[in-house]
Amino acid sequence: MVGAAEAGAIGVSGLNGHVSARAAVLAKVRHAVGDHTPLREAEYASIPREYRRQGGTSREAAVELLAGRLRDYEAHVYHCAGHEIAQAIASAMGERGKTTLLRADGLPAEWLPSSFRFPVVDGMSYEEIGLAEGVITGCVAAIALTGTIVLRHGPHDSRRALTLIPDYHLCVVLAEQVVETVPEGFERLRGMETLPLTTVSGPSATADIEMTRVKGVHGPRFLDVILVG
Amino acid sequence: MSFAAHFALHWRLRISLFITCYNDTLFPQTGQAVVTVLERLGHTVDFRETQTCCGQMHYNSGYHAQAFPLMEKFLDDFRESSVICVPSSSCVSMIREHYPVMAEKSGNQELIRDVNELLPRVFEFSELLVDKLGVEDTGSYFPHRVAYHPSCHSLRSLHVGDKPERLLKSVRGLTYVPIEDADQCCGFGGTFSVKNADVSSAMVQEKARCVIGADADYCAAIDNSCLMQIGGALSRMNTRTRTVHLAEILAATEGDAAHLANGSVHG
Amino acid sequence: MSVRVGEAASAPDFAVAAKSLLHNDQLRRNVRRATEVIRKKRANVVGEMPDWESLRQSAEAIKDHTLRHLAYYLEQFERNCARAGGKVHWARDADEANAIAIDIISSHRQKEVIKVKTMTTDEIGMNRALDAAGIRPYETDLADLIVQLGKDKPSHIVVPALHRNKMEIRELFMRTMGLGELGTRPEDIAEAARLYLREKFLRVPVAISGANFAVAETGSVVVVESEGNGRMCVSLPRVLISVMGIEKIIPRFEDLGVFLQLLPRSATGERMNPYNSIWTGVTPGDGPQEFHVILLDNGRTKVLADSVSRETLDCIRCGACLNACPVYRQTGGHAYGSIYAGPIGAILTPQLQSMEHSQTLPYASSLCGACYEVCPVKINIPEILIHLRNRIVENGDDPKIERLGMKMAAWAMGDATNLATARSLGRIAQMPFASNGAIHNLPGMMSGWTATRDMPSIPKESFRQWWGRRKREQSA
Repeated sequence: MVGAAEAGAIGVSGLNGHVSARAAVLAKVRHAVGDHTPLREAEYASIPREYRRQGGTSREAAVELLAGRLRDYEAHVYHCAGHEIAQAIASAMGERGKTTLLRADGLPAEWLPSSFRFPVVDGMSYEEIGLAEGVITGCVAAIALTGTIVLRHGPHDSRRALTLIPDYHLCVVLAEQVVETVPEGFERLRGMETLPLTTVSGPSATADIEMTRVKGVHGPRFLDVILVG
Repeated sequence: MSFAAHFALHWRLRISLFITCYNDTLFPQTGQAVVTVLERLGHTVDFRETQTCCGQMHYNSGYHAQAFPLMEKFLDDFRESSVICVPSSSCVSMIREHYPVMAEKSGNQELIRDVNELLPRVFEFSELLVDKLGVEDTGSYFPHRVAYHPSCHSLRSLHVGDKPERLLKSVRGLTYVPIEDADQCCGFGGTFSVKNADVSSAMVQEKARCVIGADADYCAAIDNSCLMQIGGALSRMNTRTRTVHLAEILAATEGDAAHLANGSVHG
Repeated sequence: MSVRVGEAASAPDFAVAAKSLLHNDQLRRNVRRATEVIRKKRANVVGEMPDWESLRQSAEAIKDHTLRHLAYYLEQFERNCARAGGKVHWARDADEANAIAIDIISSHRQKEVIKVKTMTTDEIGMNRALDAAGIRPYETDLADLIVQLGKDKPSHIVVPALHRNKMEIRELFMRTMGLGELGTRPEDIAEAARLYLREKFLRVPVAISGANFAVAETGSVVVVESEGNGRMCVSLPRVLISVMGIEKIIPRFEDLGVFLQLLPRSATGERMNPYNSIWTGVTPGDGPQEFHVILLDNGRTKVLADSVSRETLDCIRCGACLNACPVYRQTGGHAYGSIYAGPIGAILTPQLQSMEHSQTLPYASSLCGACYEVCPVKINIPEILIHLRNRIVENGDDPKIERLGMKMAAWAMGDATNLATARSLGRIAQMPFASNGAIHNLPGMMSGWTATRDMPSIPKESFRQWWGRRKREQSA
C-alpha cells in the first residue's frame, strides 16, 4: 500500500489514496531518473554506432557464405537458377522421400513441381498439421554471416504453427533476399515489424545434457534450403 | 634496447618510490630490489618517509569514508614527485581507477584537479621500465626456469600486456615457461581471501596446480599479494617452485644468484 | 508491498553455502566443464567479430539511454502493444504479478499452463503461486523440465541443469514420465522430452513466457531460444501471458540488430541461436488471440534510483559473466541462494531487495574483473560490487569485528609513525606463530587463511627501516 506522504510525492491521488500499479510504477521510474523528455530524441540520435551496418562482400559471396553456414547445420542446400526452382524442389523432396508438403496460399504456384502434392493449409488443426510430411515456404530475408532465415507470417505466408509443428521444412531463398549482416537483415524488415516474425538458424538444439549439443528437440528436425539465383 | 644504449640516451631521473603498505611491512626485499635496479640504470631514487597506504584495502572492502583521507594523504605525500614508481599493480589500479571516482564524488574541484594531475606521474614498476625509461634489458642474470602469473589488475585494469614477459625474457640465463590458464584469478582479492577463505583456497589450489605443472624454479609476478597467496599454497605442496617478485629477478646479477636462492621467500 | 526474489531473503550466507558445495566434486566437475565449453565457444565467435567492441559500446549506450527515458519508452510500448490488440498490465511486486496471471488463467477456467523459460517468473515465485491457486504449470525448457521433475533448483542462467549429469537425467525421466526403458544417449533423452512435451504444446490453451526484449517503437516482444519450446508456447495456445521486468524495453526495432548479435555469442557461443520469435499484440488467424504483457517492477525502480549501480539493469541475461567468473567456477549457482547467480546475481539480488537481504553476495568476489571483460553491455560489475559493499558499511550492516579491524587499520595507515608502531606490535603478536619466516597457524578470523596456506611472517626490518639505515650508512 502506498502511504499518504509517498502518494503526495508521486503526485497522484485517488479515492482513499489508492494509486494504480501503473501510476505507482511510472511515478517511481520518473522519480528515480528524473524527466529528460526534451533531450530524448537528440540523445537517441547521438548513440555511437560504429558497428558494421553494411556488408562488404558481393551477393554471390554472401550466398556462398549462407550455404556454408546452412551446411554446418546439416541442412541440405540446393542451388538453382530462377527457372529451375520446381526441379530443385523435386530433388529435395525425392531425397527425403516426401510426396506431399503443406503450404500457404501466397507461395508462388510456378515454383511447384507437378509430380508432388502441395495442399494449401486452411483451418487445419494442429493435430492435422502434425500428421503432414512437412511444410514448404519462402522467406523474407536471409542473413549470411549467421546462417539465419527470417520467416514472415503475414496473411498469405505460412502461419507460425505451420513452420513449427511438422518435422520437415523446405525453404526457398531467393538470392536477392540474402544479406550479409544482421543489421542489414533487420533493414529488410522495415514496414513489417508488427507481423509475426521467426528467425531460424539451424534446427532446434539443446546443450542441456552434459553440454552435448543435441539437435531437434522441438520444431522441425530437418531443414532443407533451395538457394535461387 | 641494450643496457649501454639506454644509459647513453636517458638522463638521470629522480624517481619517487611508493613502496605500498604491505610491501613495506612484509616484502621489504622487493623495495630493495626496485632501488637496486633503478640505481643500476643510473637514476636517483627517493623515498617520501611520510608515505603509508593508497587506501585500496579500505576502498575495496566498502570503507570509502576511511579510504578518502588516505587518498588525500597520498596526494600530499607525493605532490613534489615527478615520477612515482609503484611495485604493485593493484595499488596503481586503485589510484588510476578509483581516485578519480572518489574525487568526483566529493565534488571538490581542487581535489579533482589534483587527482588528474597525479595520474600521469604514477607508474607500476614494469610500466616504468618499459614505457617511461624505454628499457627491457636491465642487465640482469638469473639462471632459472621462471613462470609468470599475470595478476588480474595488471591484466584487466592496467593492461600491462607483455611488458613483464619482455623484461623477463631479456634476463640472461632465464628460461621463460608458460602457466596453463594463466589468466585465472589466484583467489586473493584482499579481504576475500579471509571472508571467503574456502573459495579463495579452492581457487589457489587450482592456480598452484597450474604453476607446478609449469615445472618452474620460480613463479614471478608484479604483485606480492598474488605471490603471497600462491606461495602460501605452494609451501604446503610437494614442489620446488618458489615465488618471487619481478623486481627481485631483475635486481639479480652474477654475484647475487646464490644469495637469492636462500633469501627471498613467500613460503 | 514487498519485493521478493525467490527464496533469496532466507538463503544462507554465501561463504556458508559455498563451503558445503565445494565438497560436491560431481557438481564442481560439471560446472567446470560447462563453463569451459561455453567460454571457448564464446571466445571463438567473438574473435570473428571485428566490430565486437563497437557493438558493446552501442549496446551499453542504448541501454543507458533507455533507462534515462524509461517512463517514456514504457508508455510508448504500452500504446503500441495495445493498439495491436495486446493487453498491458503493471505489477509493483511479485504478489501483484502472480495475482494478475492467476486472474487471467482463472477467467478462462484453465487448470494447466505451459511455460517457456523465464527467470522473471522464478524471481516472483510464480509456479508456487500457481500451484496454490490450483493451476498446474508445466516447464517446457529441457533444463527447467529436469529441474521441475527433480523438484530441484536451477544453478545457471543459461544452462540451469548443468549440475545434473546424463545418467541422473535419464533416471529422472524414466521415473517421472513412467518410461519402462530409455536409451542412454543424449539423443534418446531429448526424444523422451520431445514426446512428453509435444502432447502439452498441442493441447494446453494457456502459456506463460518471459521476454528477452520489448520494442517500444512497435510494441513488439521478442523471445530468444534454442529448443523450439518457446515457439511452441508463444504461437500455439489461445492465450499468452508474457511477464517481463521493466528494464527489458529497448527503444527501436533496429536496436534488435545490435542485441541479437551480442546475446547469442555471449550466451551460448553461437553466431545466432536457433529460434527468435518476434510478435506484436495479436495477429488474427495466427497464434494467440489473447495476449497479455505483465510489466514488473519488483524492486527495479529502487535499482534505477541509484545512479552508480543503475547500469545493473542493462543486463540482457546472457550468463557470460557466470562462465567467466573464477568464483562461480568453484561453487556453481546454488551458493548464491538466488535465481540470479554469479557476478550479475551478486549485484542484482541484493539491490532488488533494497540491500536488506543477500548482503554477503557483494563479497562473493575477488574483484578479478573477468566478468566486466565479457559483459556484452559493459556493466562495470567490480565497481558496483565495491559500491554495494560501501552501502552495506554505511548502513552499519558490516560485521563488528571487521569494522573494528578497519578502524585500527585506518589508524595505522593514517600516519607513518602509526604504521611503524602497528608493525612492531605485529612483530610481537606473531611471535608464538612464526618460525623460519613463515606462519602456519593463525587463530580466529585468520585461521581461514592458514587452514590451507602458509603466511609470511613480518621480517625484522621494514623497507623504510632499511632505507633509513642505508641513508645513515651512506652519509656516514
